[in-house]
Amino acid sequence: MITVQPSKTIDARGMACPGPLMALIGAIRQGQVGDVIEVWSSDQGSKTDIRAWVTKAKHELVSVTDETGYTRFTVRKAR
Amino acid sequence: MPSQVIVLGGGVGGTIAANLVSKELGPEAKVTLIDPVGMHLYQPGFLYVALGQANGRWLAQDERRLLRDEVDLMIDRAVRIDPENRSIALARGGTIGYDYLVLATGARLAREEIPGLVEGAHDFYSLEGAIRLREVLRTFPGGKIVMGVAGIPYKCPPAPVEFVFMLEEFLRKRGIREKSAITLASPLNRAFTIEATSKLVQPILEARGIELGTFFNVEAVMPDKKVVTSIEGEELPYDLLVLVPPHRGAQVIEDSGLGDERGWVPVSRATLQHEKFNTIFAIGDATNLPISKSGSTAHFEAPVVASQIAARIRGTTAKENYGGRVMCFLETGHHQATTIRFDYQHPPVSPQPSLQWHVAKWAFNRLYWQTVPQGRVA
Repeated sequence: MITVQPSKTIDARGMACPGPLMALIGAIRQGQVGDVIEVWSSDQGSKTDIRAWVTKAKHELVSVTDETGYTRFTVRKAR
Repeated sequence: MPSQVIVLGGGVGGTIAANLVSKELGPEAKVTLIDPVGMHLYQPGFLYVALGQANGRWLAQDERRLLRDEVDLMIDRAVRIDPENRSIALARGGTIGYDYLVLATGARLAREEIPGLVEGAHDFYSLEGAIRLREVLRTFPGGKIVMGVAGIPYKCPPAPVEFVFMLEEFLRKRGIREKSAITLASPLNRAFTIEATSKLVQPILEARGIELGTFFNVEAVMPDKKVVTSIEGEELPYDLLVLVPPHRGAQVIEDSGLGDERGWVPVSRATLQHEKFNTIFAIGDATNLPISKSGSTAHFEAPVVASQIAARIRGTTAKENYGGRVMCFLETGHHQATTIRFDYQHPPVSPQPSLQWHVAKWAFNRLYWQTVPQGRVA
């Protein structure tokens, strides 16, 4: 298994609003191309929301890992 | 010798916290609130100003009148905080020391971060901006109106949705609805951050003929071409563009190294205590908590901070932790509104829009000055 070291980790567990996706979008906006951002989310909606946004915005979803009580999303800013 | 408690910022959170610390501790604490202007603004009212439903006079009150007599008000601007020496440098010169510090410094608008925004877009996130937008809307001949979001996080997440609903009604009353197209360009893949609320409002958008653009996070405005572009790689033409400007934490937070890269103060989500400095607390928009930046958040956090500080001064255990409580109204136009309530443990719930909630919002607007700043509404 290849481990990617994130440039930034956002702990958004337990947060409903504005939510983990909004935190990710904010981090991508501020980041540089190639940055890897990890988001921790316990919000079930993140599994569809984050995937859909990363696809639409043409970034790269490096991994989605289920942990106890939350999911780790690793995203690379591609452009 | 009373403990020195300094509150920076005379918004809703700072005002309630100052009043409650003073009320709780009496002569055990000397509470001083420092604010650059000493004028308290009711920011939820800006939306009503932009749409010609309220005038600016209703939205401002002298901060002194909202504070208990025992709380000192200092009109000055904090320029640097030294957390090691517990001292604050002031713009007019000199420093003031503290035993406990409350950062209620709010959010600042960073319109300059989006190319073309200042020249090409309007907003209702300041009183001046709301008044300018009101004047434009008064003579708007009809055309394409785009409401978008130029930065996350931003204050009052329901505001863009409320704006398009109220705008639709406004255009209808002016007789130019048929000559106008309204687009809500949402930063998410739905109308609103909260899915349950989106399910409620999206059919209403559709019924009112308001177009919903999704995953549109503003990147730049091109005023000469009248086009706004997104970081997702799309563009929208407009005749009138209304944008939520980017937000940052206060300058003093950034200059003092007390915040993250956007100037938001990192705090414990339960105690609201600064992650590094145990004599500093933060409230409301100033914090880095990824929950709503809104007056209601500050309103519910202020008693927690007051309780935490009072307990530390007395050497007791705090009565309250912050449970993530937020409650917002969402106007849906045509005399209807809904609400959004949630906390860390309970997902958001929104009732069907009704006249009842619209009346409740108006009652809250009217009763705000007599109830909220004093901490009379829990």
